Amino acid sequence: MIPSPRPPHHDLIHSEEFLASLMRRQLTLSIGCAIAFFVALLGLPLLNYFAPALMARRVGGFTLTWLILGVLFFPYVWLISGYFIRRSLKLEADEARVALEAQEDTRS
Amino acid sequence: MSPLLATLTGVDPWILVFSLVTVVITVVMGFRSAKTSKTAGDFFVAGRSVSVGWNASAISGEYLSAASFMGIAGMVMAIGYDALWYPVCYACGYLFLLLFIAGPLRRFGAYTIPDFAEGRYDSPLFRKIAVCFVLFIGFFYTMPQMKGAGTTLAYIFPGLPYWVGVAVVGAVITLNVALGGMKGITLVQAMQYWMKLFAISVPVFVLAAVYGGYGKNLAVNRTAHDSPAALHAPAAPDATPGITDAHRHPLPAKAPADEAWISPFGPLTTKAAKAAQLSPEETKPLSLLYTYSLIIALVCGTAGLPHILVRFYTNPDGVAAKRTTMWVMILIGVFYVFPPFIGVIGRNLMPELYNGLGSKGTDKVVLELPTLISEKYGVLGSVLSGIACAGAFAAFMSTFSGLLVSMTGAVAHDVYGRMLRPNSTPEQRMRMFKFAAIGIGAISVGLGCMVEPLEINFMVGQAFAIAAASYFPLLFMSVWWRGMTMKGAAIGMLTGGVLALFSAALTNVSSLALDKGPMGKIFAGFAPLNDFWAQHPLLRILCEQPAIWTVPLAIVLMIVVSKATAGEVPKNIRMKMLVLHAPEALGLKNEYIQENQAGAGH
Repeated sequence: MIPSPRPPHHDLIHSEEFLASLMRRQLTLSIGCAIAFFVALLGLPLLNYFAPALMARRVGGFTLTWLILGVLFFPYVWLISGYFIRRSLKLEADEARVALEAQEDTRS
Repeated sequence: MSPLLATLTGVDPWILVFSLVTVVITVVMGFRSAKTSKTAGDFFVAGRSVSVGWNASAISGEYLSAASFMGIAGMVMAIGYDALWYPVCYACGYLFLLLFIAGPLRRFGAYTIPDFAEGRYDSPLFRKIAVCFVLFIGFFYTMPQMKGAGTTLAYIFPGLPYWVGVAVVGAVITLNVALGGMKGITLVQAMQYWMKLFAISVPVFVLAAVYGGYGKNLAVNRTAHDSPAALHAPAAPDATPGITDAHRHPLPAKAPADEAWISPFGPLTTKAAKAAQLSPEETKPLSLLYTYSLIIALVCGTAGLPHILVRFYTNPDGVAAKRTTMWVMILIGVFYVFPPFIGVIGRNLMPELYNGLGSKGTDKVVLELPTLISEKYGVLGSVLSGIACAGAFAAFMSTFSGLLVSMTGAVAHDVYGRMLRPNSTPEQRMRMFKFAAIGIGAISVGLGCMVEPLEINFMVGQAFAIAAASYFPLLFMSVWWRGMTMKGAAIGMLTGGVLALFSAALTNVSSLALDKGPMGKIFAGFAPLNDFWAQHPLLRILCEQPAIWTVPLAIVLMIVVSKATAGEVPKNIRMKMLVLHAPEALGLKNEYIQENQAGAGH
């Protein structure tokens, strides 16, 4: 970090790089979680389409596809959102720490 | 016998008592809480004094409408597997909202979507455009709530015509809202979540104990892939040896066959192709298209519902907001496991509902199914049915009053207070709020009376499709792409949203034209449309489930028009993006407000 006497609004927080990295890191996390979600959500109709016999197998009275969609999907979504919330809180804490430290450096 | 007595005969006292108690408690609690919080500010701040648990219950309570409480069970019973996409996507849409939209919007501090539209583009004009969709989506969302009300009252009072039920419930809630009760108070909404969960889960547990579990009841329905042993068993309407010993009554001719009902791509997604008499090979791709379009509508639509976002701000900070969202996902997920189960038992044990029309059809299965218990345990069945009715009241009352408050607010605050009479006094606006509430309530009742033949859940799906093509692209693109201009956002949102609205309306009038009752006569002029659909099944599907083309269209338009008007990107866009994305701990929001006030002076 180069300590340079810059006028306010040209510090790290207001820089283009900080914003770009913020958005990139957040979007990467969100897209990662969204992919895990969409693979299941959009993949299930495809499985129903191409592997109907497999999806019609009985599991405790349910057909496999009914069990997945009617019951198992909900805990799966909880896992994704739990992961996302934990990671994004950590991400925010990191970002805030880096930014505030940089601000201290600039001031001193 | 007088008409009043005729209405009252056949009324089960237990059911009546439970329903009345729910209505009275809701109204009284609404008024008592409204007294302690007078202003809009109080409403938003109210959540800051309550815990994550209460707030999560309140969000869930507001979210679970008549579609969730009654519609899903009715739809699963009517069409089977394909209806499961509704509860799953209602719950999963919340995840999508959490991943891409909730965090940034919270940091931006926009309480409503019109607030965000104005703040992001510094444009009061855009605010006005955005407000229109509060009304469009709101009316589509109130129609199914009204059908829920009419169905429930017609169930409690067997002699009562459907429209009377709609009018009575509509009038009670409208009056309540106009007089200032039910302003989306956290505690009332929270209590209603637990009431709804109780009212759906207790009858399910009792029914499961008496008639067998979820899987056991589902197993009665055979697929083409079931083991030969099961297929060789006598094709009796009763138990299926080898798989299950659950019982069922004979299905009427109107009910879909087992194979179509339990397997994917059943009656819902193949209806258009069946009407066009396509071969099974030609039908399947169309069903897949229908399924995907439905998924897009529901997932993106949740992220764009006007009344859901507000609640993200009733948390003290971002950490609490995220923990609240986690709990909301769990609470609504737990709830959504139950309604399909009721639909499954309903198919086995109450198949006569397949023959019912309108409010006497499958949409009332949640209410009526518990009465079966009476055969074995006497009055317990009535008590359970009364509990279910209480849950239904909680469902449509909370959602309808929430929608009425937000629509009335849009009309009184934005249309009247900002457009028609910018110089009006607070008293005039307050009076306008009451007039607007009555006007909008009356329109909702009118619309509600017309939609008896349509399924509750299907109509809510349409409201989601409109939100998906209008607000969702607006929010998503505005948050993640700094190149958006007001013109791009407005043109994309208007085109996508209006086309989705038009498609939904066209689908509904052509369905109503098929009705055998009075609505069929009123909408008879649209009957030729159905001949057109039979010729063009693909167009029918794209019209019935428009999200698959309207959502991409809106996004593409936003990009193209924004590129063309790139010079109009707001000047302080970097600061705006920073406020949207930088951690709240940095306090950029306050800095932004100060700068804005210094600059604009308002």
